[in-house]
Amino acid sequence: MSGFRDSVSDTLVLARRSLMRIQRAPDLLVSFTVQPIMFVLLFVYVFGGAISTPGYDYVDFLIPGIVVQTMAFGGFVTALGLSEDLKKGLVDRFRSLPMSRGAVLAGRTLADIATNTVSLAIMIAVGLVAGFSFGAPVTDVAAGIGLMLLFGYAFSWVFAFVGLVSSSPESSQAFGFIVIFPLTFISSAFVPVDSMPMILQAFAEVNPITVTVDAMRALWLGAPAGDNVWQAALWAIGIAAFFAALSVNRYKRAVTR
Amino acid sequence: MSSDAAAIEASGLRKSYGKVVALDGVDLHAPAGTVLGLLGPNGAGKTTAVRILATLLRADSGSARVAGLDVAADAAALRAKIGLAGQYAAVDENLSGAENLEMVGRLYHLPRGEPSTRAAELLERFGLSDAADRLVRTYSGGMRRRLDLAAALVARPPVLFLDEPTTGLDPRSRIDLWETIEDRVSQGTTVLLTTQYLDEADRLADRIAVIDHGRLLAEGSSDELKDRFGGERLDLTLEDRDQAEAATAALAPLATEPPSVLPSGALCFPVARRQGTIAAAVRRLDEAGIGIDDVAMHRPTLDDVFLSLTGRAASEAENGADAPPEEDGGA
Repeated sequence: MSGFRDSVSDTLVLARRSLMRIQRAPDLLVSFTVQPIMFVLLFVYVFGGAISTPGYDYVDFLIPGIVVQTMAFGGFVTALGLSEDLKKGLVDRFRSLPMSRGAVLAGRTLADIATNTVSLAIMIAVGLVAGFSFGAPVTDVAAGIGLMLLFGYAFSWVFAFVGLVSSSPESSQAFGFIVIFPLTFISSAFVPVDSMPMILQAFAEVNPITVTVDAMRALWLGAPAGDNVWQAALWAIGIAAFFAALSVNRYKRAVTR
Repeated sequence: MSSDAAAIEASGLRKSYGKVVALDGVDLHAPAGTVLGLLGPNGAGKTTAVRILATLLRADSGSARVAGLDVAADAAALRAKIGLAGQYAAVDENLSGAENLEMVGRLYHLPRGEPSTRAAELLERFGLSDAADRLVRTYSGGMRRRLDLAAALVARPPVLFLDEPTTGLDPRSRIDLWETIEDRVSQGTTVLLTTQYLDEADRLADRIAVIDHGRLLAEGSSDELKDRFGGERLDLTLEDRDQAEAATAALAPLATEPPSVLPSGALCFPVARRQGTIAAAVRRLDEAGIGIDDVAMHRPTLDDVFLSLTGRAASEAENGADAPPEEDGGA
């Protein structure tokens, strides 16, 4: 069907545009490269000594958690870009073209997968240098990488929605700090959940970030998996589907500010 | 009028944002190959009308057809036949001029190879060939607008929507852009142009629709509007200003209202008609023994039309032009 072919082609045209943006204005590159390195080093060497993680070296405990956090944030480029496109009238232009209605969003989130892959590779490399070691079969490690890209993709859709509803690129960025930071910190990402006060523990245990981090520890460290891996994958698919529907709907009605 | 030949036909368009009524039942009509100018101050509803016709926004009620297609029901098909250039130069700063146009060409699904030849062609025509491979963020404001207009023309759309295309441009760039628009129209393109500049509407538009507060106040050619709402005036300079009263009395049968005095000291008589007025005035003044230094008919300007329709001088309405061109209550 030519409609489907056009949608794919539109999506690729716009994904390419997003990636060219990074190449042309490399300011954003810092957040994919330097920031993850900084986070790994800060946590391992500054907090690492003070946090007790029974059964694991802190660096082993940390890497799956910090990778999840970085992937959750990876989609902020989508929020930033969409919010800029809205402000500059580009969304109006795209909406006046005979192109697929979802392509602007699908293109951006697709481009995020590429940048997330770069971040992921850098974090693994820095982790290995800092003393991290995989404690699981290669297939599990690969599955973990797959899960991370899926999880990052899901959060790109969350950010797509944020970009469409926020009043400026700045406020879409602020959202990241207000929502995503607490979500990742009140989870098993950086400290064992049972070290938190009761109320936070209750939240952390149902937090999908915890499920995902625990799934990653199972896949990369050989920790007991339970149902975490499947649950994490379902969470990611659910989040992606929910926010994709919400975002596409919002995009169709988008009003320029 | 037959709607078959109309490239743009709207009736009873209404749109409100919460309590703010942006359009309050507007009818528009533009035959194929003509320019319809939508003239009105900031916040008049011009942009809302364009957004509805360009399929970006749904009207609360009313209907519209563009290029023979319904803007709501046939929106997807219609998008292949329209080009839109907005108040903002909607181009990607981090792509070159050529890359911008090629991207738009691909999104119009032009045949393989066509986007790049079309881009080169348009860059040439808009005098941007030298800057084709430079990133748009290095372009001047005028260059961005030209690129924006070029992007709207990529697929040679039969209907073009230009929302305040020259707001914020320097005079030279405005004239360049006007010439380009005139060139497109001579090739058969239909254009809906919104503007707050009277000279722009006067020069480009075949028909002008004056709107304010979401309502259509008047519609017609520039000359028709001037005849209907501007009114003819006779400007008279006397040899001896002390004879003003005598002259007023002598011309009373011709004038529709008492004269006003212009800053130059000339008397300005609103008159009912143009034909024969000067001859009659000269005869009457001669019979009354009043010496004339200068006499002329004054054609009304669109400014006069605008003032009489909106109660505001156009220059007053234009004051908002320096502010961000936000409209429609910034919904």
